[in-house]
Amino acid sequence: MSLVADDDATTRDDQETSNRDLRLTALTKSYGSFTAVRSLDLVVPQGSFFALLGPSGCGKTTTLRMVAGLDTPTSGTITLGDRDITYDKPYKRPVNTVFQSYALFPHLDVSENVAFGLKRRGVKDTKAKVAEMLDLVELGGQGHKKPTQLSGGQQQRVALARALINSPEVLLLDEPLGALDLKLRRGMQIELKRIQTEVGRTFVHVTHDQEEAMTMADTVAVMNAGVIEQMGPPAALYDNPRTTFVANFLGQSNLLAGEILGPDGDAVTVSVQGTTVSIPAERSHAVGGKGWVGIRPEKVMIAEVGGEIDAPGNRFAGGVVTDVSFVGVSTQYLVRMPWGQELMVFEQNTGRRPIFAVGTPVDLSWRPEYAFLLDASQDAKAGVEDGDD
Amino acid sequence: MSALHRLGRWVGEHLVLALGVLVLVYMFVPVAIVGLMSFNDQASRNVYRFDGFTLDNWLNPCDPSGMCSSVVRSVEIALLATVVATILGTLAAFALVRHRFVGRGPLNTLIILPMAAPEIVLGSSLLALFVSAGFGGQLGFWTIFVAHVTFCLSFVIITVRARLSGLDDNLEQAAMDLYATENQTFWRVTFPLVFPGILGAALLSFSLSFDDFIITNLNAGQTVTFPMYVWGAAQRGIPMQVNVIGTAMFLVAVLIVLGNEVARRRQSKVTA
Amino acid sequence: MTHQPQEALVEPDAVGLGSSGDDPGEGHETVRGRGGRFTGYWLMLPSALWLALFFLVPFYSLIAMSLYDPTGSNLTGYDMTWHVANYVDTIQAYWRPLLRSFWYAAMATVACLVLGYVLAYAIAFKAGRWKNLMLVLVIAPFFTSFLLRTLSWKLILADEGWIAEGLRTLQILGEDGRLLATPFAVVAGLTYNFLPFMVLPLFASLDKIDNRLVEAAGDLYASPARAFFKVTLPLSMPGVVAGTLLTFIPAAGDFINAELLGSPNQRMIGNIIQNLFTNQGDYAAAGALSMTLMIVITVGVVFYIRRAGTEDLV
Repeated sequence: MSLVADDDATTRDDQETSNRDLRLTALTKSYGSFTAVRSLDLVVPQGSFFALLGPSGCGKTTTLRMVAGLDTPTSGTITLGDRDITYDKPYKRPVNTVFQSYALFPHLDVSENVAFGLKRRGVKDTKAKVAEMLDLVELGGQGHKKPTQLSGGQQQRVALARALINSPEVLLLDEPLGALDLKLRRGMQIELKRIQTEVGRTFVHVTHDQEEAMTMADTVAVMNAGVIEQMGPPAALYDNPRTTFVANFLGQSNLLAGEILGPDGDAVTVSVQGTTVSIPAERSHAVGGKGWVGIRPEKVMIAEVGGEIDAPGNRFAGGVVTDVSFVGVSTQYLVRMPWGQELMVFEQNTGRRPIFAVGTPVDLSWRPEYAFLLDASQDAKAGVEDGDD
Repeated sequence: MSALHRLGRWVGEHLVLALGVLVLVYMFVPVAIVGLMSFNDQASRNVYRFDGFTLDNWLNPCDPSGMCSSVVRSVEIALLATVVATILGTLAAFALVRHRFVGRGPLNTLIILPMAAPEIVLGSSLLALFVSAGFGGQLGFWTIFVAHVTFCLSFVIITVRARLSGLDDNLEQAAMDLYATENQTFWRVTFPLVFPGILGAALLSFSLSFDDFIITNLNAGQTVTFPMYVWGAAQRGIPMQVNVIGTAMFLVAVLIVLGNEVARRRQSKVTA
Repeated sequence: MTHQPQEALVEPDAVGLGSSGDDPGEGHETVRGRGGRFTGYWLMLPSALWLALFFLVPFYSLIAMSLYDPTGSNLTGYDMTWHVANYVDTIQAYWRPLLRSFWYAAMATVACLVLGYVLAYAIAFKAGRWKNLMLVLVIAPFFTSFLLRTLSWKLILADEGWIAEGLRTLQILGEDGRLLATPFAVVAGLTYNFLPFMVLPLFASLDKIDNRLVEAAGDLYASPARAFFKVTLPLSMPGVVAGTLLTFIPAAGDFINAELLGSPNQRMIGNIIQNLFTNQGDYAAAGALSMTLMIVITVGVVFYIRRAGTEDLV
């Protein structure tokens, strides 16, 4: 498990400077007194599938629109390779967009929609390319239809084909799956990933759906209130969040208030409600004083009082089950601890023992290497309500 | 009980629709009578009733002296007023929707006022202007034209403005994202999508202008338009050919509207 | 022309926004606000000039004309004598037709509201796939001449016509009773002619109502009638206000129906103004009456919209 993958993107860029990375430097966008994007620095490596993840209003769409040329930055620069495209007109940049609502031209049929970009650039014979592109998105033979005659998923694929046919250096996707129902969305996620691998282009995907971002992207940047809170491969972000916002927005977390006792070799020890827990140094993002000890609900083990738990150390006794949700593959418990806090516990339904009933006294525990430590100055609830719908 | 209940529901479901259709039928009775009277074998000009069937009115539409020339004059004025009002109004609609400028708010209000004033007042005020400007003796084709452009302009601006502000911004942004320059975006995306609104505004202008009597009458001098001819004839005795003109206008307009509707349906409802 | 009046009122007032270079809208305008900063002025200029010259200035001329010396004529010219008495004289002479105009217009408006609401409701909620067709049909009668359609009513209401005969047979109408040349004929004509102006805004309002609201009312124990009066009707009030204005104003100024379907006893203010202008050449009196009509309507409309705005009309 790579725990230092946070800076993966930047290091890779430093090694090969001749590539066509998309680089945003100190990018800022203000509307009057409101700052939508605040001095953003970002490198999207060429050929990567990059996700900008955040709640609505966090500035991710504004960032995307500035890259597309649809909004002009207040300050900062956007470069593609060596070329500064900050103030280029949208039609002058090798960037194409898949719009949230698709924005298919209603007066043109599917083929004409897909051929639109090629025609504007003076390509004479577009027929073969259009047919090939429609095949790629599995819409072969549908070219004569008007956009309104297609289903939502089909319209989405036309929008994708219309952008991809231009072989853009960067393809921007603005919540492209937001209008689709859950099942179709899952299908399209896999489809998009397949197409990205096939064409090998840089995809920048804006979404508020953390599951979608983690499923598809190589690199996820979590954005909040105009700044990027953390960036890295999905697994690294999930396992080792640096802020309470990331811990809560990307999946769910139990955050326990603790007193930091100090470093102890490769770990940091923290006193949580009288119990001393240890956290690996590389997952500790707070120094001295108070801190939030974070643990993902599925990493928490649950057992009857005094029962055997397959997780040495960090054991908490005196919990009482207050809520049980059976969701098929797993069971989600809420356990009230002696100090009043309710902790989430997800357990696989392996059938090893019966599901606990509400009111059952239980003990909790987790493996120290899964916990993380966050600075106590942050709001423990940041990003909780902003999660996906 | 439940059968009675269901009957009640059925009546409830369909009664309103039936009443609505009845109101529509009522709206068409006079239109049907105009059509019927166009085939009337009129016994006397002074009695307006159906005396018998003939095709004569349709075969010799221009028999009543002065009628066809009044139709031609009305068409000329309506075409000219429509072209001018549509061009000016479309430009203004683009300005009001797409640009910010000082006075945009008051102008948005100004354009509805001509529609809110009674025709007799609009006509009076224009006549007052023409008289005080020394054109009192030259009332005719051009004063009618000016009056018609004035009231058509508001309708054009409002119709095109509604269409334009209903347009999805993303479409133009998508066009520019797909390498269309500002000009290409306008002519390949914006204009084709707004065009049905412009066409509708032009049709509306034409029929408003062709049909106007109250404002025209005050500003026409000796010039006779078709509605003025009908008005005059209503005092003296009505030749049935006026109904031929009325019916023909109706049929042409309905064909255009139906054609437009079919084209619209073939297109999409995304921008509607 | 249906729902635009409201739309125009709703449009955000952007006065003064364009004057400063750093207005907050600029960010959004990178694509839409093409061309130079003055493009908007150039596009607007022809229409604004036209409306100023042929709509605003004429009003000034009309006010001036209404104050001319009434002894002048079209041939000898008029003198501006600030003759405010024109107003007093004309109102004294013509207060009956003036009141009659508003009375007839009000009756026609109420009749239009009843008929129009039924039709608009049917189109909005019951027409299904015939919705568009029915809307086209509402406008279609406009394509025949207004005058010819009004003349048709002369035929329908004629003394020997079967409606009049039928009503006489049913004893609803007396032996010598007539329909033509009565207030009924004039109001019926006005109702007929201005009905589409009522239907279209009503439809625009009703069509926006989310059907689920009515269902929710039903779910919350409202009978269909209560659901209509508590949910549908209040939500359609903007359409009712726009429709009644669009019907009442032209009806009050109309003289075609009174002339073709009525007798001298049904003359409306429009007949008087038109007659003063074209037959008697008394421009000062005609101007004063026109202004009176305009002033009364403007005051009435402002008052009506205020009341409607505070929902006193619901």
